Amino acid sequence: MRAFARAVWIVTRKDLLIESRTREILFTTVFFALACVLVFAFGFVKEGRPMEDVAAGILWIAIAFSGTLALGRAFERERQGETLRALLIAPIDRAALYLGKLLGILMLLGAVEILIVPLVALMFQAALFDHALVMLGLLAAGTLGFAAVGTLFAAMLVRARSRDVMLPVLLYPITVPVIIGGVRGTAALLAPTADVAMARLWLSMLLFFDVVFLTLALWTFEPVMTE
Amino acid sequence: MLNRLFVPITVVAAAMFAYAPIMILNAPYEATMGLVQKIFYFHAACGMAMFLAAFVSGIGSALFLFTKKPSADRMAVAGAELTVIIGLIVLVTGPLWARKAWGVWWQWDARLTSTLVMWMIFNAYLLLRRYGGPGSEKLAAAVALFGMANVPFVYWSVNVWRTLHPKTSVIPSLQPGMRGPFWFCVLAFLLVTTVILMLRTELEKRRQQLDELYLMAEE
Amino acid sequence: MKRIHALIIGLLLVTAPAFAAQDAPKRPSQDEFVPVTGPTSAQETIPAQTLVGIAYGFIWVLLFGYVWSVRTRLTRVEREMESVSRRITPGK
Repeated sequence: MRAFARAVWIVTRKDLLIESRTREILFTTVFFALACVLVFAFGFVKEGRPMEDVAAGILWIAIAFSGTLALGRAFERERQGETLRALLIAPIDRAALYLGKLLGILMLLGAVEILIVPLVALMFQAALFDHALVMLGLLAAGTLGFAAVGTLFAAMLVRARSRDVMLPVLLYPITVPVIIGGVRGTAALLAPTADVAMARLWLSMLLFFDVVFLTLALWTFEPVMTE
Repeated sequence: MLNRLFVPITVVAAAMFAYAPIMILNAPYEATMGLVQKIFYFHAACGMAMFLAAFVSGIGSALFLFTKKPSADRMAVAGAELTVIIGLIVLVTGPLWARKAWGVWWQWDARLTSTLVMWMIFNAYLLLRRYGGPGSEKLAAAVALFGMANVPFVYWSVNVWRTLHPKTSVIPSLQPGMRGPFWFCVLAFLLVTTVILMLRTELEKRRQQLDELYLMAEE
Repeated sequence: MKRIHALIIGLLLVTAPAFAAQDAPKRPSQDEFVPVTGPTSAQETIPAQTLVGIAYGFIWVLLFGYVWSVRTRLTRVEREMESVSRRITPGK
């Protein structure tokens, strides 16, 4: 068990080390998320006031879009360095490889969300911090679900052609429940009278989704990545 | 795999498919929706056929991922293509019926949304197989598996989401006179789907044999 | 040539303010979103027979089109198989 946890940490640490040198993916993803929020703001703000429920939608769309980009870039790095084959040959459990990569992506997306969530709260006068714990839960569960599926798909697409456009094409339909759960849960919290019970219901759905799809991903990572 | 069952099933399926319109014409006229309701017989039967095809593809994909048998992969791709074709029928005939029945072309309720998402997932499956380069069969199989696991979540989510809004329609329960034609059409379509699946897997098998022949020719 | 260009640009510059000075045609402003009125208007626009006809026609076209495409691909593959196997046997 300890060897497994250490293997996971080694993979994550490698990614964090490389990223900390240039911070390329972090900065570009953050600014992409910002640009997303801006574009959607122009789409949905009428007469200077945002339409109802728009903050929740914009937040989660920005997370989904920037998450897709970050996933693609993170694995592009592996492809360019041709390190993926080295990782696959390494004497570590395939599951540890998957979890290590997932942890790295989660940290990256977490950093992006730390910046984007307060920004959306500010720009759309959304009371995102009133029920901070539930909100945090929604963000964590949603991001985990999205990243769990995304890490598997991005890893398996590394050697495929048309990988840039294939990742969103594959990822978005399958993460529809995450988007629905995230947006509706957040919207429930932002409603004039916050519906915390509703938000908790969506949170539990997201957690269930996470469990199912994390299990599926761990199960299929090995057969999908081997020749 | 064009076994001896193929010809008899084809004959029965073709006969039923040809006879179905007659049954539909003779079925009782529905009170509120009138003539347009007749679309329902084929539309609902296609819906069931679509789920059959998707199920076949999902099972084939899972088997292919974990046993690596080529026959499983053939089943998976045949099921996926049929899901897309029949799904297109469902998604086009549905709005044509809905326009009269509900007054709108589309509605974001659980059944429509999860059908649309499933259709898109199998489109993605076919795109991946076609444009993903070598080795994309396994990747596509993973997509199909995840897609199948995903559908119940979408259905539940949209259900919960939509119960907050008043329902604008209620699908009527079947009058006794309509049950006969309905189940006849369902059976007809399930048989037609089976026939086409057999044909398509045969095509895939021949393709693989052709690839092997090419390899032998190069030696 | 340059003089003609200068003339055209000059004309445009002179007439532009004349166009701008005209007011944009006034359209009645909408304050809120006005939804489409109920099912009655939808039922009057497209006759039911057209919808049923399109639906059944679409089904037949798609199903038969697909079966036909599978059959065509099958015969093509079989023909290729014959030609390739003919290449192998005399060679060996």
